[in-house]
Amino acid sequence: MKTTSLVNLGPVTDIPLGEGRTYAVDGDMIAIFRLRDSSLRAVSAICPHKGGPLADGQIDNAVVVCPLHLFAWDLATGCSQSGQPPINVYPVREDDGHILLGD
Amino acid sequence: MTQKLVVIGNGMAGARTVEEILARHGDFSVTMFGDEPYGNYNRIMLSNLLAGVETEEGIFLNDLAWYRDNGITLNAGVKIERIDAAARIVHDSNGGATPYDKLIIATGSYSWTPPMKNVHNPKRGYHQGVFAFRTLDDTRGMIRYARDHERAVVIGGGLLGLEAARGLQNHVSHVTLLHAMGHLMERQLDPKAGQMLQASVEGKLGINVITNAMTSEILGKDKVTGVKLADGTVIECDVVVIAAGIRPNTEMVANSGLPVERGIVVDDQMRVQGHEDVYSVGECAQHRGSLYGLVAPLWDQAKVLADHITGTSGVAYTGSKLHTKLKVAGIDVASMGLIAPEHDEDEVIVYNEPKKGVYKQLIIRNDVLVGATLVGDNSKAASLIQHFDRGTALPEERSSLIFDIGGAVEESPEDMPDDAQVCNCNGVSKGAICGVVAGGCGTVSGVMDKTRAGKGCGTCKPLVQRIVEWANGGAAEEDPAASWYVPGVPMPKSELMASIRKYRLTSVSSVFAKLAPGGEDAKSKMGLASLLKMMWGADYVDERDARFINDRVHANIQRDGTFSVVPQMKGGVTTPAQLRKIAEVAEKYDVPMVKLTGGQRIDLLGVPKEKLPAMWADLDMPSGYAYAKSFRTVKTCVGSDFCRFGVGDSTALGIALEERYQGLEGPGKMKLAVSGCPRNCAESYVKDLGVVAIDGGRWEIYVGGAAGAHIRKGDLLTTVGSAEEVIRLTGRFLQYYRENANWLERTYAFVPRIGVDRIREIVVDDTDGIAAALDAAVEEAVQSYQDPWKERAEPATPGQFRTSLPLIVLPQVPVRS
Ligand SMILES: Cc1cc2nc3c(=O)[nH]c(=O)nc-3n(C[C@H](O)[C@H](O)[C@H](O)COP(=O)(O)OP(=O)(O)OC[C@H]3O[C@@H](n4cnc5c(N)ncnc54)[C@H](O)[C@@H]3O)c2cc1C
Ligand code: SF4
Ligand code: SF4
Ligand code: FES
Repeated sequence: MKTTSLVNLGPVTDIPLGEGRTYAVDGDMIAIFRLRDSSLRAVSAICPHKGGPLADGQIDNAVVVCPLHLFAWDLATGCSQSGQPPINVYPVREDDGHILLGD
Repeated sequence: MTQKLVVIGNGMAGARTVEEILARHGDFSVTMFGDEPYGNYNRIMLSNLLAGVETEEGIFLNDLAWYRDNGITLNAGVKIERIDAAARIVHDSNGGATPYDKLIIATGSYSWTPPMKNVHNPKRGYHQGVFAFRTLDDTRGMIRYARDHERAVVIGGGLLGLEAARGLQNHVSHVTLLHAMGHLMERQLDPKAGQMLQASVEGKLGINVITNAMTSEILGKDKVTGVKLADGTVIECDVVVIAAGIRPNTEMVANSGLPVERGIVVDDQMRVQGHEDVYSVGECAQHRGSLYGLVAPLWDQAKVLADHITGTSGVAYTGSKLHTKLKVAGIDVASMGLIAPEHDEDEVIVYNEPKKGVYKQLIIRNDVLVGATLVGDNSKAASLIQHFDRGTALPEERSSLIFDIGGAVEESPEDMPDDAQVCNCNGVSKGAICGVVAGGCGTVSGVMDKTRAGKGCGTCKPLVQRIVEWANGGAAEEDPAASWYVPGVPMPKSELMASIRKYRLTSVSSVFAKLAPGGEDAKSKMGLASLLKMMWGADYVDERDARFINDRVHANIQRDGTFSVVPQMKGGVTTPAQLRKIAEVAEKYDVPMVKLTGGQRIDLLGVPKEKLPAMWADLDMPSGYAYAKSFRTVKTCVGSDFCRFGVGDSTALGIALEERYQGLEGPGKMKLAVSGCPRNCAESYVKDLGVVAIDGGRWEIYVGGAAGAHIRKGDLLTTVGSAEEVIRLTGRFLQYYRENANWLERTYAFVPRIGVDRIREIVVDDTDGIAAALDAAVEEAVQSYQDPWKERAEPATPGQFRTSLPLIVLPQVPVRS
């Protein structure tokens, strides 16, 4: 995790429930997902398999499925379920309707 | 008391041994070290991975959860650097020291590089463009590099080299195989068989083979430009793969003072000589002077080791008789025992049919099979292996050993002895399969999971199925999950639809909440969304996250994360004005590729997501549905309009069908075509639904055809007298398919499953009395059609068309000029 300071990425309502959007933070691309239980997850935006855009993937409460070849990664740990390299996970939370990325 | 078991090597032998120990309820706390940064994968499958017929996901044997669930500490990516046998401690590359009560060494082999000039780059290890073929990382690297290069040379004409050459053909246009010996696979095949194999490899696969080829030098300074042979020949290439043999990984063990000759010396209990508590299994172990480089013997060793370490006395490994039965680069090869007669009395039986590439040789001594070589036809391999392993007396009629006299007979489970090996990759016997079935597991997939039969190369799957059926007394049990509509909801389609209706579940999230024991499941969303939309029409609550990205942005995602735009062009007919507009838009948006599709439409490829709405607006044409599991296009031929053969107006009918059923969603894509006469220029015989005009003003309707990954000629559903009837029956058939097919089941599977006669009864003859209901349902769907490209003005969700791509675009798609 590079970001040590908190970054406000704007209102949570920018992300529809159950979907993800990509944000550029300090030159990094980070996919933020808003789960259907309305909690947030943040992971690297680029699929380590072949560079698929993870924010375009489908999610449930545990995993994100990359849209290109349908490999899945755990949203909480970043671990791959299929022997792929892991993705980064970043601390993220909601505060007063805003997405706060970082510790 | 729980003992500490440490295993060095997390490959096929190491992990298998631990599995065998767990199965015997050994009381150990297990710690494993593997210097590859992965869980346990099937090394054999790397060949398939290279050839593109297997994904990385498919080759993992035990995932990280398996280690966790069994309380095993896995140190992946950690190498053991020294064993202190006196203190019973292993030292690893991270500086850690791990004590053990029992130690298993399963370090396998490394790929050996024959002496050649310039093979290593002092800075980088291997010269750039030079690869070994041993690990997942090797394979990944090879694929990544080969993709952008043209000519490959493989050094080594054994099994591995052949597999590598075959796999590389998938990535480069030209492959040459160099073999230092006089013929291919000289350790398993006699010269004659080796030459037959060479002829097949060259003729059928188009791989150049050069034997007696000693590679002396790799050419090129920064990148490979070629290889040079000892006789001075230069072969130009930009990729080199070395598959010249393997050597056991024993250096660390020898440096630690344990006994190593060619391999680590073990006794019949797989104990390292002179060390009570240290064992070795797999390719690194030397048993009675032999080293084994195939998996079957390793499984035998693993069993003996596991028995012994968990306290069974009197077990011994006495060596394995080696036999191989494989498809080498797509050609059947089997070999066992001797490859040439040794005594004058040895009986040799040879059958040779060079034109077909078939060669069979048996060597018999005292009525016992001591060697066999088969090339090009493996149908008798299984029974020969049995004779060879057991030394059973052979039939008088020797030719029956190599031919099926009186027609091919499938091996019947009933006649097989209990210890007959069914799965040659994983060493599973008929008895083991029957045991699992007797233990209450009656599904084929369940038996495969429990025994691993059929999980190697997969060729024995049909036999496994037959044995499971036989052991079950006739039929295998249905695998329940196999009948579920989507993986996350344990119900077949009809039951699922009934529950959805009963509880009036109109959104995907409500289905998960009510019917899915595990809650939301990403991999089930798309199937449920399509089903609900079909069932509820306008009442369907459309949750966008349930859609696949293509359906969220109404465009097809491409490998670089961009999308493609395909304007509607009904029946493949367009106008100069439309073409002009498409050309202008393509230019304005710098579309990298404009391509005609197989379905007669114009594809604008490489469009960034955020540009989609503006492009749609500029085009001002409806969506051409090149994405989604839905009604796609109706391909047409010229027909009676212009064609001198045409007997029906195929173009008009195609347009009418497309106008009516555009956008209709289903469990799979629906591709249609209409041809104006049986010359079939629109390829109607191989469509989900294809129509062909015949003389006399009549139309034939074919269903269940395919010309994609599967090829199938459609079945004739019926012949009708008017275009109106074609349109009506098309809708009725599509609706029946929408309601009854499994998720992603295309019509080429659906139609044979139901049977075209039965479908005709329902759709044409209305024997079930549901035709009117089908017509009404499809009419409702037709009425609710809306052009999704209209969403451009007002996005359905915030950021619907915001880019998800990285700032640096990752896999660059080549742009042709
Ligand atoms: C491409 C390919 C295709 C093949 N096809 C077939 C086939 O069709 N049929 C067949 O029977 N066989 C086949 N084989 C051979 C088969 O894969 C091997 O016989 C088998 O993998 C050997 O198992 P093993 O556990 O002894 O060694 P491995 O599977 O190589 O495992 C050894 C592991 O130990 C690790 N290791 C080594 N030293 C250390 C250390 N000091 N510390 C920690 N870890 C260490 C290694 O990194 C490795 O992961 C094939 C092999 C390859 C490469
Ligand atoms: S299928 Fe018949 S009518 Fe159509 S273009 Fe071909 S020849 Fe002409
Ligand atoms: S044939 Fe179709 S699916 Fe296959 S690669 Fe080409 S475009 Fe893709
Ligand atoms: S790029 Fe993500 S799974 Fe292939």
